[in-house]
Amino acid sequence: MTMTSPVTARPAARPVKALDRLSRALPKLLFIAYLTLFLAYLFLPLIIMSAATFNTSKFPTVTPWLGTTMGWFQELWNDKAMWKALWLSLGIGLAVVAFALPVGTAAALFLTSLDARARGIFYAVMVSPLLTPGVAIGIATLILWRQAGIGGGTFLIVLAQATFITAYVMLMVVARLQRFDRAQEEAALGLGASKWMIFRRVLLPFLKPALIAAAFIAFLQSFENYNTTLFVRGTDTPLTVYIATKVRTGLTPAVNALALILIALTIVTALVMELNRRRKEGGRKEG
Amino acid sequence: MTEMIKRFGPGLGGFFIALVALWIIGMVLAPNLMMLNFSLKPMLFPNDIGGPKDVYTVENYTALFGDRVHRAIFLKTVWGSGLVMLATLAITYPLAFWMAKVATIRGARAMLIALIIPFWINEVLRTLAWFIILSFNGPLNAFLLSIGLIDAPVRWQGDFGVLAGMVYAYILFMLFPIYNSISTLETAQLEAAKNLGASTWRIHRRIVIPHAKAGIATGCVFTFMLAAGSYVAPALLGSPGSRWFTEIIYNWFFEGGNWNRGAAYALVLLVLCMAVVMVTLKIFRVNLADVAK
Amino acid sequence: MSHSVELIDVEQAFGDVKAVHHFSAHIAGGEFFSILGPSGCGKTTLLRLIAGFTEPTAGRVLIGDKDMAGIPADRRPTAMIFQSLALFPLMPVWENIAFGLEARGVPKAQRRKRAEELLELIALPGYGTRMVHELSGGQRQRVAIARALAVEPQVLLLDEPLSALDLKLRQHMRAELRALQKRTGVTFIYITHDQSEALAMSDRVAVMNAGVLQQIATPQELYANPATPFTARFVGETNGIIGTVRGLEAGLATLTTAEGRFTGRAGAGLEDGERASIFIRPEAMALSRIALPNSLSARAVSLEYEGASAMLRAVSEHGQELLATVPNRQLGEAPQAGEQIWLSFQPEEALILSEKGAAA
Ligand SMILES: Nc1ncnc2c1ncn2[C@@H]1O[C@H](COP(=O)(O)OP(=O)(O)OP(=O)(O)O)[C@@H](O)[C@H]1O
Ligand SMILES: [Mg+2]
Repeated sequence: MTMTSPVTARPAARPVKALDRLSRALPKLLFIAYLTLFLAYLFLPLIIMSAATFNTSKFPTVTPWLGTTMGWFQELWNDKAMWKALWLSLGIGLAVVAFALPVGTAAALFLTSLDARARGIFYAVMVSPLLTPGVAIGIATLILWRQAGIGGGTFLIVLAQATFITAYVMLMVVARLQRFDRAQEEAALGLGASKWMIFRRVLLPFLKPALIAAAFIAFLQSFENYNTTLFVRGTDTPLTVYIATKVRTGLTPAVNALALILIALTIVTALVMELNRRRKEGGRKEG
Repeated sequence: MTEMIKRFGPGLGGFFIALVALWIIGMVLAPNLMMLNFSLKPMLFPNDIGGPKDVYTVENYTALFGDRVHRAIFLKTVWGSGLVMLATLAITYPLAFWMAKVATIRGARAMLIALIIPFWINEVLRTLAWFIILSFNGPLNAFLLSIGLIDAPVRWQGDFGVLAGMVYAYILFMLFPIYNSISTLETAQLEAAKNLGASTWRIHRRIVIPHAKAGIATGCVFTFMLAAGSYVAPALLGSPGSRWFTEIIYNWFFEGGNWNRGAAYALVLLVLCMAVVMVTLKIFRVNLADVAK
Repeated sequence: MSHSVELIDVEQAFGDVKAVHHFSAHIAGGEFFSILGPSGCGKTTLLRLIAGFTEPTAGRVLIGDKDMAGIPADRRPTAMIFQSLALFPLMPVWENIAFGLEARGVPKAQRRKRAEELLELIALPGYGTRMVHELSGGQRQRVAIARALAVEPQVLLLDEPLSALDLKLRQHMRAELRALQKRTGVTFIYITHDQSEALAMSDRVAVMNAGVLQQIATPQELYANPATPFTARFVGETNGIIGTVRGLEAGLATLTTAEGRFTGRAGAGLEDGERASIFIRPEAMALSRIALPNSLSARAVSLEYEGASAMLRAVSEHGQELLATVPNRQLGEAPQAGEQIWLSFQPEEALILSEKGAAA
């Protein structure tokens, strides 16, 4: 078999080699195709949504393109209901952060002071709000407070959102606490510091990066929450509810203008954080 | 408890314990117990409360499984959510692996930032984007018509729209946990396996997937829970014939006016999600602490 | 003169485990006192209850003749240096040092000044604004000491503070610590599992094993006259051979062992007929090629050159491992591996200790 005459073997060799190269390159090509499709899938909808802002069409779309306009920003700017919803969402977000940050931190500290068995039980209870559908949290909160005569509204929105957002804060603080050397607390105590001073000067500064990140996440979670909010909102309308209502009752590209602004803000935030990270990393390398 | 007081003193320690109690008892346990209690009572007029009609009953639960339409919608929600979970898993696994082990650090970093942007954007807006794309005179139909794949516009809204929107909305909840867990795998292990002549398929089946199981479990639990509990996608992308379980719950509260039945339905949804969590943890042999990260 | 520390029958139990048993000691004011013992023997536990981080389950701790029961760590005249140092990573060096003053409400300008003085004392002037992670291991060590000294403690408690350093730096820091202690006059209670460290620095050393105090003595005394078999084996190298006491006379005792009969000094409380071991330091062993009184027959295994001398390892026909120091000037006549030799010693240089109490 190996003794094939070179004369016949040579012409056959070329296509085989090309095929071989193709089959070796194929996985790579397939992967590039997959990656392209994935990114298109992820970003095209956002791009189309944003682009529709500039179309004069009354219904937001890019097909057909009826003409370019900046008018929808103007309409958004003049929409009083939008402003009201935005301020409400910002206020709710801040209130949720103000609640979830101390409670989540307390919960994390509480967990680390338990023995392994009790910790397992409390941990399960504390993370359970993350594994429960948002609608169930909203409904349970609504039912409980109705017994006390308090109906849906901003107060219940904050409470219901904080129920699960606190769990996020708790997890982030626990992660940071795992790297804390408890001997630092004893050292401070041995130097005569009060419990309060130890907390303020030693533990809190250590937790600070985690708390900043947690505040950011908590705010974001609150700001974009819809499912839980829907059930406890009463007649109050935060931004997400406002958008969803618009979709059903009279969507115009003004909503797209809002989406575009939020997307732009997100991009800027992400880039600022990344630059910040790079700067810090660069600084560390030099130091 | 005493440890908290000892560590932070009676003032600060007591304050912390009070905060934790407020959260766990007042916001996690009490509402759920009240919901359970509520779901076991018939709907009553205020003057019947405490009267002879105020008795415990499982009627609200039997009603769900007795009603053919509701039962069908519930089952559809279960398998639809399962489908979303599997679709996101299949779509994201290769990318997660590539980002964690194949791409350069810069490449992976850039990809991560690119992905974080849609992740941070509101679920409602993400669904709105699909609402626009899938609309009858929207870009998707226009595109398909122009390349001649269809002759007349297709009505995408309905079950297809709902599932497509959910996959889009929750895909990153699958990608990030898997990416995180694969990143902790030593590259040397992969090289060793390759060196020993293992095929790509075998390397994934025997090394990468077992290592990433906590991440996969996390992704599965979250995407399932989010899909089953989703309200935006079905409300915006569905059609009258494609109702989701959360929409029925919503109707009991704000249109049907039977909160007790709504509470029972919500509890069924909650139990379903808890069951999925348990089963997933069992299948992947991981514990809760690995999942909640 | 700084405060003395008195431990009276102190005991510490964690559940069923007793980490410290009936520990009594008197540590004089201004003394450099070391506690030496193997890992896990309860050293840190003992130090923590002197510092007041834990209360002993029984017994009393007196500092400067004052009973410390119920007085928490922040109100005791002690300062502790931790095994991990526990410096505050997010504060600059000077704030670390001045932390105890801050706790006492000293104004900032004064704190800053005091920190500079202490930096001077530990030979790190101008390092005040550095962060902890910008210091070397030895510098961190010194900052931890300055931080503890800033509160002007009567008693400084040091938990193996040198264990994380490399050998050279460790030896350098020993001398510095000792000098610092002399200069400040503060009572030092120093914990270590490294016997050479304890011997080199201390006025007196307490040897501890499995929570039980073995002996308190000066370094010389500890080496020459260990009180228990544990101390004999733990402090320095030794040859220990177990047997039965057969005859006690004028401070000397005779021990019959599998290796033969030997005579040595009788340890305190040794009784005729009991189980005991004879301990001979390697430098007390003389090498010969003929049998002498008090000698053991053995086969040479190896010779390890150590610079100032060499260590001969040998094994007897019953499998007992033996060590003997060979001075450099005798290296020429040192036996070859496998050669049959005799190791002998003077009775005054051997010590016979009862094995009875060893279990306690
Ligand atoms: N909080 C505790 N709970 C239970 N057991 C403990 C506790 N602290 C110490 N122990 C036990 O007490 C014994 C003595 O511990 P200790 O830390 O005092 O040892 P050590 O001599 O300092 O050791 P090392 O040289 O390794 O630091 C050990 O067996 C340890 O397991
Ligand atoms: Mg220790």
